Amino acid sequence: MYGLELAGVIEPRTNLPGQLTVLNVSRRRFLKTTALGAGSVFVLGVFSGCSQDNLADWPDRAEPIGSLEEAGFKPNVFVGINEAGDVFLVCSRSEMGQGIRSSVPAIIADEMGADWDRCHILQATGHPRFGNQNTDGSRSIRNHFDDWRKAGATAREMLLAAAAQTWSVTPGDCSMAVHEVRHADGRTLGFGELAATAATMAVPASPAFRPRNEWRYIGTEIQGRDNKAFVTGSATYGVDVQVEGMLYAAIKRSPVLGGRVASVDDSAARAVSGVRDIVRLNEHTFPPAFQALGGVAVIADNTWAAFKGRDALQVTWEASDHDGWSTGAQRAAMDESVRAPGTTVREAGDTDAATVGATQVVEATYHIAMLPHAPMEPPNATAWVKADGTCEVWAPTQAPQTARGSVAGALGVDPEAVTVHVTFLGGGFGRKSKPDYCVEAALLSQAAGAPVKVTWSREDDLRHDYYHPPSAQYMRAGLGADGAPVSWLHRSSFPPIGSTFSNGVTGPGARDLLSGVSNMPYVISNVRFEACRAIAHQRIGWLRSVYNIHHGFSVNAFVAELAHAAGRDAKDYLLELIGPDREMTDLFPRPPVLDTARLKGVIRRAADEAGWGRELPTGHGMGIAGHFSFSSYVAHAVHASVENGQVRVHRVDCAVDCGTAVNLDRIRSQMEGATVFGLTIALKDGIEATDGAVTTGNFDTYRLLTMAETPETHVHIMDSDLPSGGVGEPGVPPLAPALAGAILQATGQPVRSLPIRLT
Amino acid sequence: MPTYTLTVNGQEHAVEAEPDMPLLWVLRDILGLTGTKFGCGSAFCGACEVHVDGAVQRSCVAPVSGVSGSVVTTIEGLSEDGTHPLQLAWNEVNVPQCGYCQSGQIMRAAGWMKDTPNPTAADVDANQSSNLCRCGTYQRIKEAILLAAEKGA
Ligand code: FES
Ligand code: FES
Repeated sequence: MYGLELAGVIEPRTNLPGQLTVLNVSRRRFLKTTALGAGSVFVLGVFSGCSQDNLADWPDRAEPIGSLEEAGFKPNVFVGINEAGDVFLVCSRSEMGQGIRSSVPAIIADEMGADWDRCHILQATGHPRFGNQNTDGSRSIRNHFDDWRKAGATAREMLLAAAAQTWSVTPGDCSMAVHEVRHADGRTLGFGELAATAATMAVPASPAFRPRNEWRYIGTEIQGRDNKAFVTGSATYGVDVQVEGMLYAAIKRSPVLGGRVASVDDSAARAVSGVRDIVRLNEHTFPPAFQALGGVAVIADNTWAAFKGRDALQVTWEASDHDGWSTGAQRAAMDESVRAPGTTVREAGDTDAATVGATQVVEATYHIAMLPHAPMEPPNATAWVKADGTCEVWAPTQAPQTARGSVAGALGVDPEAVTVHVTFLGGGFGRKSKPDYCVEAALLSQAAGAPVKVTWSREDDLRHDYYHPPSAQYMRAGLGADGAPVSWLHRSSFPPIGSTFSNGVTGPGARDLLSGVSNMPYVISNVRFEACRAIAHQRIGWLRSVYNIHHGFSVNAFVAELAHAAGRDAKDYLLELIGPDREMTDLFPRPPVLDTARLKGVIRRAADEAGWGRELPTGHGMGIAGHFSFSSYVAHAVHASVENGQVRVHRVDCAVDCGTAVNLDRIRSQMEGATVFGLTIALKDGIEATDGAVTTGNFDTYRLLTMAETPETHVHIMDSDLPSGGVGEPGVPPLAPALAGAILQATGQPVRSLPIRLT
Repeated sequence: MPTYTLTVNGQEHAVEAEPDMPLLWVLRDILGLTGTKFGCGSAFCGACEVHVDGAVQRSCVAPVSGVSGSVVTTIEGLSEDGTHPLQLAWNEVNVPQCGYCQSGQIMRAAGWMKDTPNPTAADVDANQSSNLCRCGTYQRIKEAILLAAEKGA
């Protein structure tokens, strides 16, 4: 076992979720750095996955978002208490609308016994000492619930021990009340009174977690901590950052991936009032990964001048391998790809023979367009490369450590020289996990010798995204005399995310088909799953729920078509296909393992709440779909109608089983948001491209669902005390196929392409 | 560079700017009032909405030369301390997700509700659908507007 040679270390170094290191650091750096009085403050450093090196020196770097600076207290720790009894909790995950700055600190506060109203939330900068900070994969709670609890439980036990010592009683005589410790005889000591003594207590080896019936915040409706900042305009997003002496930049990037600058005429750009300089940024190499794309940057006195100057640049580009790309050509290539056998990633029985013997054969090819993230706040970052070689970055980033590493790499400096401050994110959806825009800001600051903010216009955002891949999927099933499938073939073609990080990737691999294809939950004896060729012509990245978007769609939409072909009720057919209750350990060798009982549970719940099976007016239909992703189960029942070729969605019932629920309000809001996100994918626009370049440019051609189009959405959260699952992403995949099922029922016409275009 | 006079949230400013600079960037980059957001720059999303002489205006497409001498209210000036009935209602129903579109959403609602103080759900759809929210908070925005109306916005 590896242990650190520092006081209070209670666990070995590890990167595994659910394991962490707790240090009592009250008497280390805080003597010097806090204004709250030497030695009088209780501070716990709670780290997961950090190395001794990271702990050797502690720059004072945790930064508050908002107005907590008046506390005069900037700890680089997770839990702190001052003499006044104020509790400081560090949030190491990025806030992008999922409410993580409410949910994570509430878990710590609950275990601690702290009064939520007396807790202050500080935002961590990007640093390995905070453990994993990559706020994606719907992981903040599902992977770290016990970490946060342990941070709080450790503090609680030390406060209890401090009270016992003060009173010269045994800890057993003391119990935790709210923000104070109570003796059996009724005496109390508040957190502020206990802080100094608690700081001298030994860190408990394995603090006990409070029983669920003592939770005061976990599992409740937690009010958003940052609501006031949001509704008064005082929340600082990346794009709002202002640094003394800052310049503003906009960049002209190659319209075609891989295009290199052939010539630049910047005379008109330089003539724009407010433009200071034109800077060439080297083009990225392949694979692009998180590099700055490169191009020609305009440095100016304000954002408007930077945009105007950029638009005035005359740039010609060299030929690129991707000049011939168009959305239509790519779709045709993928269609051809799925017509022929691909690489088999799993097979059971004899699908072809069983199909020959089937009573009925159903075939379908499904498509989803290339999709952007389009967070309402476009990518942007502010960087300041200082004369001493250090760099500060302020950015709306889901991955501050990745940003730190990428910036350090681009500048050729040690990551310790780079500080990444995490601002509020005006939406992320996976886009802001990729720090290319942070690298741009750093390179431009280096060139300009001043702090620089680079802002992407909406056109920049929609034309230079890390897109969700376009896809084509061919499905074939043979149905027996009873209408149940006897064979199932699924071919999936899409350029995978791996193409952004490695050269020579020519299509998805076996792992890429795990999100609901080769591990789909239906009981069918003869199955085959094939990965089919597809070439990337853009940077491909993860978008909210990733490959589950297209796989959840095709698999669920196809089942609805099979039910239709068999003349069966779609919900009953789906439930029968999922079959007996079981944990699918054969196809999910590692957790999370799909539990079919829970999947059926959400499907039944959504159906019941929607009034499945009731009489609907002509032209109306109801569809249902269920999908397991990010350790959670979500089902949607969608009631829609089609009139004059127009789809109208009347009501959505969403049932979610995410195990132990932490913040009911944010679970509900994520499901509501996922409904709008899913309907935007289903009903609005895909990214269009011709001659190698994306032509979609703004919200006129990439339209978002509007309020008037948003159906009444009812979210039903399943009661559970199982481990927490993710919430940010799993609400997306079942929506579109449930809508497809509703349209099929309403019109008899299958929906096989997203966005839906009814002719 | 010409100078323009603007009264923003009750305070008079003389700003030097190019005539075509949109009010959005005057507010954000020159006056440092960053509560008004940039979402599209082309009048498609409403994130940049403010009140100009009492009317809702998309500040990203309002050249400063055209609003000189006007009285401008931004989200920062909607109320002294965040207690406008819409702001309170927004908090009560936990409307914001990322929050980025919400200043525009609130300014929009505060504008049209002057004429329609007791809206129906259909009125809300009709007046508010021009403002986009990528996080999908529409259902709660509607709920908050109706709540604020009930309490007398
Ligand atoms: S930024 Fe003005 S309408 Fe979108
Ligand atoms: S709350 Fe995020 S865009 Fe509306």
